[in-house]
Amino acid sequence: MSKIFEIRWHGRGGQGAKTAALLFGESAMSTGKYFQAFPEYGPERMGAPVQAFNRLSDSPIILHCGIKEPDVVVVLDPTLLGSQPIMSGLKAEGAIIVNTTMDPKVLYNELGVTTQKVFTVDASGISRAILGRDLPNTPLLGALTKVLGIMTLDDLLSDIKKRLHKKFSDEVVEKNIQSIKKAYEEVQPQSVRSK
Amino acid sequence: MKIRALTGNEAMAEAMRQINPDVVAAYPITPATEVVQIFASFVANGLVDTEFIPVESEHSALSACIGAAAAGARVITSTSSQGLALMHEVLFIAAGLRAPIVICEVNRSISSPINIHCDHSDTMGSREAGWVQIYAEDAQEAYDLTIQAIKIAEEIFLPVMVSTDGFIISHCMQRVEVMEDKEVQEIIGVHRSPYSLFDKPITIGPLDLQDYFFEHKRQQIEVMNQSLPVIEKVMSEFNARFNRTYSIFKTYKIEDAEQVVVLCGSTCGTARVAIDKMREKGIKVGLVKLHIIRPFPHKELIELLKSFKLITVLDRSDTMSTMGGPIYVELRSAMYGCSQHPTIVDYIYGLGGRDIDVEQIMEVLLNGEEIIKQKKVATPIGYIGLRE
Repeated sequence: MSKIFEIRWHGRGGQGAKTAALLFGESAMSTGKYFQAFPEYGPERMGAPVQAFNRLSDSPIILHCGIKEPDVVVVLDPTLLGSQPIMSGLKAEGAIIVNTTMDPKVLYNELGVTTQKVFTVDASGISRAILGRDLPNTPLLGALTKVLGIMTLDDLLSDIKKRLHKKFSDEVVEKNIQSIKKAYEEVQPQSVRSK
Repeated sequence: MKIRALTGNEAMAEAMRQINPDVVAAYPITPATEVVQIFASFVANGLVDTEFIPVESEHSALSACIGAAAAGARVITSTSSQGLALMHEVLFIAAGLRAPIVICEVNRSISSPINIHCDHSDTMGSREAGWVQIYAEDAQEAYDLTIQAIKIAEEIFLPVMVSTDGFIISHCMQRVEVMEDKEVQEIIGVHRSPYSLFDKPITIGPLDLQDYFFEHKRQQIEVMNQSLPVIEKVMSEFNARFNRTYSIFKTYKIEDAEQVVVLCGSTCGTARVAIDKMREKGIKVGLVKLHIIRPFPHKELIELLKSFKLITVLDRSDTMSTMGGPIYVELRSAMYGCSQHPTIVDYIYGLGGRDIDVEQIMEVLLNGEEIIKQKKVATPIGYIGLRE
C-alpha cells in the first residue's frame, strides 16, 4: 500500500473549505490517484468554524476513520488561529499553510509551531485583486499543490478548468485560474523559529 | 466504464438514474436527503422516465411504492433513521405482499437523544420486517449493490434495502467506477410482474384470518430461505460482467487465522488496515465482512467460522436485550447448533457517529489474543471508544 497523504482544511462556513477539499481530491483523481474528500458535519452556519479533509494515495484507500494526524493543515481564515485546534495532531515533519499577511514571528508564536514547516500566502488579497471578492479557497489549491508536490500545477489547472466550466462563465473560470497560479507562485516558506 | 468522483449518496442516486425506475416516492431525511434531491433533479432534467411522487411522510412514501409495485412497476425509494422507523409498519406490508421495492438506506442512529450521525440502529431495528438487507462498505459498493439489489428484488419478489454508513460514506467523495447506462440496463433486464394490476387485475392484501394467514407467513419464511442462492447468483453474474468479487460475505486473511473479526459497513476497511498491522507483528488475525444480514447466512457462517479459536464481533448497534449487538446475538445463536464452539465476544462501537480508528481495533484484537492465551473470557460484551 502506498503512502496516504492526509490534509485538514480549517475555514468558516461559506468560505469554501468543503469545496476546496472536493476540488483538490477530484484533481488528484484526474492524475490517477485515489482520494477521499469529506467535511466534518455539525450544525452548519455561515461564519462558524468548519473543517474538511482529504486523503490522497496511489493505491485504493480503505480507511474510513477520522483524520487525527494530518500531513498538511490549510487555514482559510487567520482569525481561527486563536480559537481552533489548528496544530492538533499535525505531524512533526508536516506543513501548515495559512492565508495571511501576518508577520512570521507573530504567526509562529500564535501557532505554537515546533518542527513543522510554515507557509503563508495572501490568498484573500489575491482573490480580492483578481476576482474582486474574498474567496480564498481556490488560490489555496495552488498553494497546497506547490507545498504537497504530488501533482503539478498543470494537472491541477486542467482539471479545475473542466470542473469550474460546468458552473461558471469563461471569465470567472479564467480569474480563478489566474488566482490559483498567483498563489502557487507567491506561497512562501517562513523560517522564524519561536523558542 | 467511467471513473467519477462521487459521494455515497451521489453513487446511489447515479445507480438509480441508470436503473431508471418507473416510480420513486420519497420524503427527505438527513443524511439520505441528497439521494432523493439528486434523483429529483434527474427527473426535472428529463434524464429518467420516472414518475416522481413527493409525499408528506416516509409512511406515505413506502405506501405509494407498494401501490406502484402492485401495479407492476419498478420502484425505488430512499430514507434513513427516523424515516425508516416511520416506515416500520409499511415495511412488513411490502414484504408480506412480495413487493419488489428497493430502499437506498443511509444508516443513522435513532432518537433519542437526537443525533444525525451513523450507527446501524435503524436498519438493525427492521431485521424482522421480511426485507433482504445488504450492507455496503463504501461509495463503490453502494453503487454496485444498489444495481444488484433491484435485480435481487425482482427475481425473488422480495423488498431489499441497501445500506451505507451515514456521513462516513454518504458524504465522503471518492473514486467510483460507473458503468455505461446500457450495461446497467442489460444486467437488470426488464421487470416482469406476474400480477400487474393493469392487465390481469387481482385482489392484493385482502383479509387473511386463522384459516390461511399462517400458511402465507410460512411461505414468506420459505422465500427468505430460498433467497440466498438467488442473491449469490445475481452477485456472481455482476462479478463476471464487471470484474468484481461480491459474495454474501467476504473474507480477508482468514486462512491461517486464530482470531476472526466479523462486522459490516464502512469500518470493515479500517479493520482490514488493523488486520494488516497485526499481521506485521506476526499475530494471526483475519476478517469477515458481512454483506447480507437478512436472510442471516447462518449455515454458511457456521461452515466458515467453526474452526477458529475466537470470533470477535463488532456491532454498530445494540439489541437492548442485555445480550449484546444484533450480529453477535445472531451469530452466537447460529453457532450453538455447531459441534465445535469457538469462543465469541462482542464489541459495541460507533454509536451516534463516534469515530473508530485503527489503533482501537488493534487493541480489541490484542484483547482477543489474551483471551485465546488465557482460555477465559472476562467480559463477553465490551465497548470501543466509550467513556466509562
